[in-house]
Amino acid sequence: MKSVKVIVSFVLTLSLFSFPSSGFQSDELLLDDEEFGLEGSPRPRSPEPILTRSPPVTAPTRKRHSDLDSDSKIQFSLEHAFGDSDFSPAGTFSARLKTWSHGGQTLTKLRFSRNSFTDEDKEKFKNLLKSDDFYRIRIPSNVLNPPGRDFVISSVKARCLPREGLDEHFVIHMEGINVLAVNYGSPGSCPYPRNLKLPAKWSFNSHTVLKNSEQAPRAPVFTEEILGGENAEGEVVPPPERSFWAKYWMYLIPLGLIVMNAVTQAMNMPEEQATGQGQPGAVQRGPSPAARRR
Amino acid sequence: MAITYAVLLFLIFYSFQPTLSLYEDQVGLTDWHQQYIGKVKQAVFHTHKTGRKRVVVSTEDNVIATLDLRHGEIFWRHVLGHNDVVDGIDIALGKYVITLSSEGRILRAWNLPDGQMVWESSLHGPKHSKSLLLMTNVIIEKDNVVVIFSNGRLHAVSCIDGEVLWNKDFEAESLEVQKVIQPPGSNFVYVVGFAASSQFEMYQINATNGELLKHESEAFSGRFSGEVSLVSSETLVALDSTGLILLRISFHEGKISIQQTPISDLVEDSPGPAVIIPSSIMGLFTIKINAVTIFIRVIGKGKLEVVEKANHETAVGDALSLSEGQQAFALVQHAGRDIHLTVKLAHDWGGDLLKESIKMDQQRGLVHKVFINNYVRTDGSYGFRALIVMEDHSLLLLQQGTIVWSREDGLASIIDVTTSELPVERAGVSVAKVELNLFEWLKGHMLKLKGTLMLATPEDIAAIQYMRLKSSEKSKMTRDHNGFRKLLIALTRAGKLFALHTGDGRIVWSRLLQSLHKSEACQHPIGLNLSPWQVPHHHALDENPSVLVVGRCGPSSDALGILSFIDSYTGKELSSSRLVHSVAQVIPLPYTDSTEQRLHLLIDADKHAHLYPETPEAISIFRREFSNIYWYSVEDENGIIKGYALKSKCNGNVDDKFCFDARELWSIVLPSESEKIIATVTRKMNEAVHTQAKLIAADQDVMYKYVSRNLLFVATVAPKASGEIGSVTPEESWLVVYLIDTVTGCVLHRMTHHGSQGPVEAVFSENWVVYHYFNLRAHRYEMSVIEIYDQSRADNKDVWKLVVGKHNLTSPISSYSRSEVVTKSQSYFFTHSLKAIAVTSTAKGITSKQLLMGTIGDQVLALDKRFLDPRRSVNPTQAEREEGIIPLTDSLPIIPQSYITHNIRVEGLRGIITVAAKLESTTLVFAHGLDLFFTHFAPSRTYDSLTEDFSCALLLITIVALVAAIFVTWLLSQRKELQDKWR
Repeated sequence: MKSVKVIVSFVLTLSLFSFPSSGFQSDELLLDDEEFGLEGSPRPRSPEPILTRSPPVTAPTRKRHSDLDSDSKIQFSLEHAFGDSDFSPAGTFSARLKTWSHGGQTLTKLRFSRNSFTDEDKEKFKNLLKSDDFYRIRIPSNVLNPPGRDFVISSVKARCLPREGLDEHFVIHMEGINVLAVNYGSPGSCPYPRNLKLPAKWSFNSHTVLKNSEQAPRAPVFTEEILGGENAEGEVVPPPERSFWAKYWMYLIPLGLIVMNAVTQAMNMPEEQATGQGQPGAVQRGPSPAARRR
Repeated sequence: MAITYAVLLFLIFYSFQPTLSLYEDQVGLTDWHQQYIGKVKQAVFHTHKTGRKRVVVSTEDNVIATLDLRHGEIFWRHVLGHNDVVDGIDIALGKYVITLSSEGRILRAWNLPDGQMVWESSLHGPKHSKSLLLMTNVIIEKDNVVVIFSNGRLHAVSCIDGEVLWNKDFEAESLEVQKVIQPPGSNFVYVVGFAASSQFEMYQINATNGELLKHESEAFSGRFSGEVSLVSSETLVALDSTGLILLRISFHEGKISIQQTPISDLVEDSPGPAVIIPSSIMGLFTIKINAVTIFIRVIGKGKLEVVEKANHETAVGDALSLSEGQQAFALVQHAGRDIHLTVKLAHDWGGDLLKESIKMDQQRGLVHKVFINNYVRTDGSYGFRALIVMEDHSLLLLQQGTIVWSREDGLASIIDVTTSELPVERAGVSVAKVELNLFEWLKGHMLKLKGTLMLATPEDIAAIQYMRLKSSEKSKMTRDHNGFRKLLIALTRAGKLFALHTGDGRIVWSRLLQSLHKSEACQHPIGLNLSPWQVPHHHALDENPSVLVVGRCGPSSDALGILSFIDSYTGKELSSSRLVHSVAQVIPLPYTDSTEQRLHLLIDADKHAHLYPETPEAISIFRREFSNIYWYSVEDENGIIKGYALKSKCNGNVDDKFCFDARELWSIVLPSESEKIIATVTRKMNEAVHTQAKLIAADQDVMYKYVSRNLLFVATVAPKASGEIGSVTPEESWLVVYLIDTVTGCVLHRMTHHGSQGPVEAVFSENWVVYHYFNLRAHRYEMSVIEIYDQSRADNKDVWKLVVGKHNLTSPISSYSRSEVVTKSQSYFFTHSLKAIAVTSTAKGITSKQLLMGTIGDQVLALDKRFLDPRRSVNPTQAEREEGIIPLTDSLPIIPQSYITHNIRVEGLRGIITVAAKLESTTLVFAHGLDLFFTHFAPSRTYDSLTEDFSCALLLITIVALVAAIFVTWLLSQRKELQDKWR
């Protein structure tokens, strides 16, 4: 029974020594997390980008929302250009304009309908593919009164688009009702030696993502506990119990083993005594009080 | 437990921070510091007292300094703020320097011997006007009075304590006061000026109490031009606005008379309008017609007479009162390689007091200003010394026909810096004159050995220190093994190029660029940019390297450009050309031709790209890479960022093979009502990145750095918040940061800091950006880090894939692939505001990085990048700690030992430049502002070389002694063995 106790106490001290920091939990950080909700952005921005996957549009006149004359619905057009040609309409974005109580306006539920290529467009696009030239698009920088200050332009090498059909991917960076930038390109990779590949079918497979600005992480706010530790120049001396264990563990463990051994010996001794005559070896090994008593 | 934790943290803190400080005897070994003051605007001599003779100067860089007249050293110096321009200086009571600054709003007195401020008073007035400072000899209640006209108000200020004794407003709307004059021996002042440019106004004011004694005005049929010259205490000379008629205005005893004299009456063949050179020499004034300087004397009642016409470049100094009411003035004329300094009496043109001819370095250009001072010679006659300011902003003292000292104050205004390697040491090239002989070498090593064994006497220690500081090794003119010796080539605002040796900071050569010289076609040439043009490598090693200086004729971006090519070793201008197009951007391309000339693309204001050098070979190289060249432009005032690619040859009417049209590929339009661009930063083009993978030990993971050369960091603030800190509330200010790919215009990351505002200082290196701004909510400066990682290569961490070869690590990266990036970011508080920020750069990029921050106290502080690691957490795991992650704290530590400028201040710090040495551990740091500072810096200590004080001699002697001992014992044992055998 004794040996079990000793072992338990050993394990306890061992665990105490080896994980000194596990006991410390800064509750300040949790408070800080709560503050994020309270003091964070006054404007409720959607932190997650809204992903709308417009189905591959085959019919060019599939404007479901255009007839509905609600002022919360808006439309703005996409225009494209082949190489250095002039821009011409290529599709329509439609979205819901949400007005917040504090006056901010944001777009949600963005949908996109692409006009399919005419034969002339196809010919132009084929030329672009052959010469590895740029396919350019633009959208107005202000969606309420286009084109705003200027158009936001983006372009991609035409050879990046064709896959099965024509795959395109829009990321529209918004700030309220202003379009800052549009990233246009293929949804996947476009490795450098771009090979000439004609699309199997001339329909667009469009993905659109609307992105708003992220909130920057704020500097952590700590209380004096840690700072105080930094400033405590006088307390350079390491904690004594830790250093003691760290220094002498190699002695302590054998010592512990010896003690344990001795204790078990001592426990076995009376039993042996009870059963038969004491052995000289046992006497030699440990001058136990029981042996002396004999 | 908390204490345990705190102490543990403290220990970790200190064990991570490498010791950057140095010992006392290491100062000056690898670093040097030079102090400058800038181009001198005004100088006042102080030579009456016995003792140290000095001159007080104010400069265009808002510096007030006193210089030793014997050696030109700075006694003391004060750098005023950049908006605190000095308007006038003078010496009062023989012990105070009085300065009027900040558009006449601040008057200060400094103690002349030590430069301590004695008093300061602020002067206010009803309207903006010219600022004039006049030292009077009026005494009110035992106080000497200085009269200041500024902001439409005349103030009389006591010299003792700066108290304003009286003031008087000049509220007339259109009055432009030109002069405040005190006639000698009187106790009133005249305030004269023009009203509505056509009326002359004269006020006579009692200097003791500010009472208006008399006010007269006289209308003039024409209009006055701005400047006036004073020819007596009651007579002015001015020009009318056409510049053709001279006006002599006399206001003797309150009676104003204006007398007109057409210039054509005086000068027969006057080709154009004249300009008056403001001066106040009795009975004499100077006008300038084109390049001809004309001296005109005023004789008696209104008679003007031309005394001399000088065709050479001439500079005229102001009058100096000699005894018995005589005035002397100096003029300096150029004649070939010499300059002629003449000191004349004001009333007697023919009699020269002094005529000296001094040989002048051609690289100093023209004389811009001259200030004279007199002294009594040993034979009792008058001697004169002259302080002259040259075109290259240097300052020289002339006395007895020689240059006593000179200061290269052009170096106070460096625009751009580049470095150049020194020539390779070759058998033919003799460097013997700096080489030590064997005896000296041995002696030096013996001394060092003594020092190591602590046997050295104090004299020996001094000798060792001197030897270390003056080591010829560091100032040799050849390339060294460690790459410490280089040439720093600096372009200054004066259009002069300096080459400084990194070893000791001496000027190897300097050249005033002829192409950046003012001329008929190019009125205001300015230098823009300096870039290495030709860096000879393997197959062009015989040629000297050269640098390219790009300038333009005027401040606007559509002014025509200038190119100049300069040999880096000799400073010779190899060629120069005046361009037919403007220069808006200079883009060094990553291609070189067969003579190792770097291809440069110059973008003009109309977005045409021009290729240089203009050779067929360059065109053929360019053609190959035609479709891979992209660039961008940032229009800060519109808030538009645009990306371009090359289209075709220019289709203008000129047939220029080297001109190309651009096509706009992308544009980012920032809403003008909510965002204004305040900072843009890119990576350094020549930065080495050692590995693109970052091992994260904590979870046995690999992250790939998104290492792209085409990343642009942009910071914008709310337009309201672009002013000073504190001008807006936190609610209406925000800071938005962007990471933009400049090839596709893709916004990789966008993030808003609410309640923050500029100014933003940022640095971009490898895959991270660190930027500094002000947090209005926390009322503190903050620094943030953004690290950007590539996710598209993240699935390459499987070892088997790497072994089998199924990875995409070797495939070329295209910007047109959709980028999958993740960013990590974190913010910390920081105590200082910053003037500049840079990052250390090493040859291979293996050494860990440190940020170099130019603090508001004009020092350079190093901070380990690990403090700005977004993976820092409050309680890092054991594995993370082993990796070197520092527990998160809310503010960044400022460790006093990590000031790499130790106790030196680099006054007016503007930029920090880091250059990699060949030794991987070391980076060369050059900080410039008014002062220059250079040092070697090892971010992780010099792990790859022996320290400076490692004693080779001790090692050698030990080895020799050991070998000898072995030999001796071997002999002894042989002999013993032999004896044993004979026995």
